[in-house]
Amino acid sequence: MSREAVLNGVIALGLLAVPLWAWAADEPFVITLATRVAILALAGVGLNIALGLGGLVSFGHAAFFGIGGYAMGILASHAQSYEPLMEWPVLIEGTRSMPVIWLVAVVASALAALVIGALSLRTSGVYFIMITLAFAQMLYYFTISWPAYGGEDGLSIYLRNSFPGLNTLDPIQFFAICYAILLAALFFTARLAKSPFGLALAAARQNAARVEAVGIRPYRVRLVAFVISAALTGLAGALFADLNRFVSPAMFGWNISGEIMVLVILGGVARLFGPVAGAALFILLENVLGGISEYWQVFLGLLLLGVVLFARGGLVGLIAGREATHD
Amino acid sequence: MTEPVLEIRDIRKAFGALKASDGISLDLREGEIHALIGPNGAGKSTLIQQIAGGLRPDSGTVHFLGEDVTALPAAARARMGLARTFQISSLAMEHTVLQNLVLGALGARGGVFRFFRPVMKDGALLEAAREAMAAVGLEELARTRVADLSHGQRRQLEVAVALVLKPRAFLMDEPMAGLGLEGSRQMTRFLDGLRAEAPILLVEHDMDAVFALADRISVLVYGRVIATGTPREIRADSEVRRAYLGEEDMA
Amino acid sequence: MSALLLIEQVLNGLQFGVMLFLMAAGLTLVFGVMGLINLAHGSLYMVGAFAAAAVAAATGSFLLALAASLTAAALAGALVELAVIRRLYDRDHLDQVLATFALILIFSEGTRWLFGSFPLYLDIPDYLSGPVTLPGGIRYPLYRLALIVIGLLVAAGLFLLIARTRLGMRIRAGQSDREMIAALGVNISALYTMVFALGAALAGLAGALVGAIQSVQVGMGEPVLILAFVVIVIGGIGSVRGALIGALLVGLTDTLGGALLPSFFSLFMDPASATSVGSALASMLIYILMAGVLVVRPSGLFGRV
Repeated sequence: MSREAVLNGVIALGLLAVPLWAWAADEPFVITLATRVAILALAGVGLNIALGLGGLVSFGHAAFFGIGGYAMGILASHAQSYEPLMEWPVLIEGTRSMPVIWLVAVVASALAALVIGALSLRTSGVYFIMITLAFAQMLYYFTISWPAYGGEDGLSIYLRNSFPGLNTLDPIQFFAICYAILLAALFFTARLAKSPFGLALAAARQNAARVEAVGIRPYRVRLVAFVISAALTGLAGALFADLNRFVSPAMFGWNISGEIMVLVILGGVARLFGPVAGAALFILLENVLGGISEYWQVFLGLLLLGVVLFARGGLVGLIAGREATHD
Repeated sequence: MTEPVLEIRDIRKAFGALKASDGISLDLREGEIHALIGPNGAGKSTLIQQIAGGLRPDSGTVHFLGEDVTALPAAARARMGLARTFQISSLAMEHTVLQNLVLGALGARGGVFRFFRPVMKDGALLEAAREAMAAVGLEELARTRVADLSHGQRRQLEVAVALVLKPRAFLMDEPMAGLGLEGSRQMTRFLDGLRAEAPILLVEHDMDAVFALADRISVLVYGRVIATGTPREIRADSEVRRAYLGEEDMA
Repeated sequence: MSALLLIEQVLNGLQFGVMLFLMAAGLTLVFGVMGLINLAHGSLYMVGAFAAAAVAAATGSFLLALAASLTAAALAGALVELAVIRRLYDRDHLDQVLATFALILIFSEGTRWLFGSFPLYLDIPDYLSGPVTLPGGIRYPLYRLALIVIGLLVAAGLFLLIARTRLGMRIRAGQSDREMIAALGVNISALYTMVFALGAALAGLAGALVGAIQSVQVGMGEPVLILAFVVIVIGGIGSVRGALIGALLVGLTDTLGGALLPSFFSLFMDPASATSVGSALASMLIYILMAGVLVVRPSGLFGRV
């Protein structure tokens, strides 16, 4: 087993062991922190498909995180008020069922990514960065000015949504759900990276002309990658909303896009477990530094600056060494 | 007479006042090597781009296998069987030799949008990749990253990726560039055998190679084909001598 | 809507547009000359606003406050260029995004540390406050009119600078061929620092000018930054002319959309839903404009392909 594989195992077990310990020691706050790590890691795993594998620097993944959040908020608020979303032509009612909410979150963010990606991928480089950022901002302002679902104030959901056979209000059980989804997403991403699609996507990142010359259109490959990436981040958004039982336009904020990207980078771009390590580090810093100083983000900024300027492999790169070839 | 595999009809392309292609017509027939020569700035790269699909001509058409492909993007032309090699090696640098070839085989076969089965364990793709690797003699470097290959090895891989597409025609932009004497000789021998698989439109500066290989030669000067003919005819053509060789005698 | 009200909205749009231009000009210059995407440009806008508010509070002079905003932002820009930005020119865009994102965090939280979380206020000076009557009997706030004039003057000055001066010649050379200016013996690192400081000064000035009609607070820069991105995507990255056209288009579209769409929808909807549909759509209008430009011209109106 390679050093990176061992490290991945350690990270996965660590993320499981900490909340289990907290459960035994009756520290629900720590379980919640671990749940946040799992959810943010999931968002990062999503972004990493576009960013790490595809080289697509999306600074607008908050768009999908927010759409996932609002998918949960809208469905649950209708279930809460017993008012159907729509009565005509078909009756659509709200729901409290997590699997249904997840499905809607995934589909809605994938559809949004299809439109945003189709437009943004006509360009590349700096244009792509700015345009993805702009579209996320558009959704931010849209949710602020659309009064039906709370506008600027957002939506509160009083009860966490349900999952068959589990008590989702029990922190450790909700953590288990998020952790299981994260592992499934990691498994899927690992397979994806080695699949025909993964090969084409990675090649398009390195040399689009080459991919085109063998008869594959880079645009389509990138668009599909962008959609898959957004769907995972959207799913994370739905879970995040359920964790807080609250959604607001802030989920669409540019700083959310930045934070998801930062945790991917802190962990290590294109490393399978990079986002998990990055999310853990991010939450750890937030709580350790945040305990020392209210202005902990100054130190986060300095750390990030240091990583970008001097340690480009991120945390996983630092520990596991140079990346091995993918075959 | 059979229809040409590739036919360019009256292609024109201008960049501002510069007429890079000024009414170019030429064709490529089954079994031949058709060399395209001309001084720097004659418009060879622009022409290759238009044939491959990277640039749209202002007017004129490109027919491939009897179909008008002028409006098709490069990827679609590649899928029809038009394989190109680049003047400057254009490969996935972080990937291994084998991965680059499997990518080629994948492009030729189709089925890119599969997300779950490991592509590097796909028997059919690996076999096609290995075959092309053997043809150019790169078997021992299968697991080497392209970034770690020598210049000559990259040129070989470039040709191998074209080969793995099992194309109906090759479009080769200076395959000998930077190869050195021995490398050029090897490549010449290799291309000589390759014309039996599919015809080659060859842009090349190495005149020894061109005159040794070509069945026909077209001479491009200032965006126009000033002569097309057998090597013997081209050697004797007075207009070619005047425009291209500057009255110099040709060895 | 009456014609007078419409003219007023057009003026508002112009005012918004020229302020966006001050932001976008620096971004597009920095990208055109150095190939750098700078997310921290919004922080320089904030620095200008805070410097102005602090100096105005201490001296009571609006002009000194404006001078302070220019100086502080230019200094902050030069400092950041020397310490961080110049290490990023050869890096890929991802590194540039991350490092300048880190700078936002440092600037924002650092400013909060110094000035606290409460917004500061920068007052419009007496000689610029109150309305003025324009030809045709339109009463319009004098200060906003002054912003339009200042913005247009700065734009004209910038165009002259680029067209007529040595610095401008070097900027133009840098935009078309970086190696050539090195060959001409121009001190590139000094040129880059100067261009960056110039862009920063413009952003700082915009921050101070806008700060007097809004509040001066941490985080004020980023929404403007993102709008400036929309502007230069529309105008074409690297083009100052594109930035001006783009900024005016965005300013007018946003202002007129916000004013006109709700009344447009009230033609065939009840007032409450007309307001909500209209304002929601208006909030997205400039992004729809951007999407439209992208479909027709992926590299912007004045962008080089």
